Amino acid sequence: MTKQPLRTITTTTLVSLLAALSVNAYAQGSAPPPAKIDTGDTAWMLTSSALVLLMTPALALFYGGMVRAKNILNMLMKSFIAMSVVTVLWVIVGYSLAFAQGTPFIGGLSWLGLKGVGLDPQATYAATFPHQAHMVYQLMFAIITPALISGAIAERMKFSTYVVFIAIWSIVVYTPLAHMVWGLEGTKGFLAEKGALDFAGGTVVHISSGISALVMVILLGKRKDTSDSRPHNLPMTLIGTGLLWFGWFGFNGGSASASNGLAASAFVVTHIAAATAALSWVIVEWIAYKKPTALGFASGAVAGLVAITPASGYVGTTAALIIGAVVSPVCFNAIKLKSKLGYDDTLDVFGVHGVGGTLGALLTGLLCSKAINSTGADASATQFGIQALGAGVAIGYSAIMTFIIGSVLKVTMGLRVTEEDEIVGLDLSEHGEAGYAEVGSGEEGHSAFGGVH
Amino acid sequence: MIKVEALIRPQKLEDVKSALADLGIKGMTVTEVRGAGKQKGYTQHYRGAEYTVNLLQKVKVEIVVKDEDAHALAKAIAEAARTGEVGDGKIFLIPVAEVIRIRTGEEGDIAIS
Repeated sequence: MTKQPLRTITTTTLVSLLAALSVNAYAQGSAPPPAKIDTGDTAWMLTSSALVLLMTPALALFYGGMVRAKNILNMLMKSFIAMSVVTVLWVIVGYSLAFAQGTPFIGGLSWLGLKGVGLDPQATYAATFPHQAHMVYQLMFAIITPALISGAIAERMKFSTYVVFIAIWSIVVYTPLAHMVWGLEGTKGFLAEKGALDFAGGTVVHISSGISALVMVILLGKRKDTSDSRPHNLPMTLIGTGLLWFGWFGFNGGSASASNGLAASAFVVTHIAAATAALSWVIVEWIAYKKPTALGFASGAVAGLVAITPASGYVGTTAALIIGAVVSPVCFNAIKLKSKLGYDDTLDVFGVHGVGGTLGALLTGLLCSKAINSTGADASATQFGIQALGAGVAIGYSAIMTFIIGSVLKVTMGLRVTEEDEIVGLDLSEHGEAGYAEVGSGEEGHSAFGGVH
Repeated sequence: MIKVEALIRPQKLEDVKSALADLGIKGMTVTEVRGAGKQKGYTQHYRGAEYTVNLLQKVKVEIVVKDEDAHALAKAIAEAARTGEVGDGKIFLIPVAEVIRIRTGEEGDIAIS
């Protein structure tokens, strides 16, 4: 009861702050048609941008808890560094290549250095809010996508090579895919033209990162010592899961590009799918291994969020229940492939994001309805085929390009740390620091005196 | 002099400490250790990957006393540390050749009193 007024005050403050920001945008705009800016849409897009940004630190925690203590800082840094590297590239060239008028496969250079990307609305992408809000919102997606790959290559990839990899990957893989699916300025993107539905990034974000993750772990090879690679801090992973879930409301809800009914619909189905998938993972695991695990819950929640992403603006609540129920058993079995096929996808990026993203893209074609979104499509075999095409293009393109980038880096910079550095741990060998006091040998344990030392 | 070395369940440490306090024993060294005996390990699952843990956490309590006190001390520890289940641990009594108190340089029984 005592919390309620506080929450109201916080919300009010946030809303007035955002309103103030949008008023400021008027003041700075050059030839403003002030009537065209919708303060509600602007507030929601800026809020959503902040929510999606939070998903990258959330991902860092989600992944960080699953690695060994000797690699925790390296794992966190592989997400955090993406916030810097991708932002700089996005401002200089990335946004233009993804969204400016160009060919069906990649955007042009007209918005290079954010030239012309101002505070007025932009008819194609941001009809009722500042163009810069669209730019920064899309930037947050561009940041988290390469960071997703870091979970697969964890505990062995050289940090320097990783930074170069995500920089190249962001330009060569992410921006063309984003343009093909979401590019609408002038010439439509190739997959947008075909009618492939990807509301918030099932193909662009999850299939691309999941497939690239698989290619990279094949190029990298296995970790040297996995005799005991148990997660070092699952509470951290669960905090990350909660924050990812929270941020995902901006990821999917904000993809409505407006503060309206469609945003609410995407918000609601996102929540339903996450909750259902977490439950279905726990049930499957309970049956298979006799115990419901916290990591299982976290894995299921993320799988549900991944699978609903492409569908979130095109499906209703029943479809969200179905997607959530189906994705977890599929991903649960997909992650068993790694032991059968012998690749070392450390944190199951392919099994959860690659497989879950593909499943979500396909199910979108079977569950979408124009009753939810008139600009979408009704479920049909044809739409399913188009979705399969979209997924296929994303799979093929990311696999080939990542293979090329990864192979070149392998012979030039080298992909792996030395065996000795890997065994010591990447925190010490790559960063010269330790995440926890007295950890460094990987021999940390749990104290009988009540704490962790 | 005898060193009484008890390997006990971590959750029995407090009981053992109060039993020692009842005997008037103040000096001890306590270490967290792992070990295996007759007690079975356990299995953990992480996304289906199975880990069997058979080196279990125990606590080692070491106390050096005069020869004539050792047996009573060991019995008191055993009483305090017992649950009756497999995994309660072991107590070893080990002869000690010499003891030196670092601060004063005293040797022998006086150094442990």
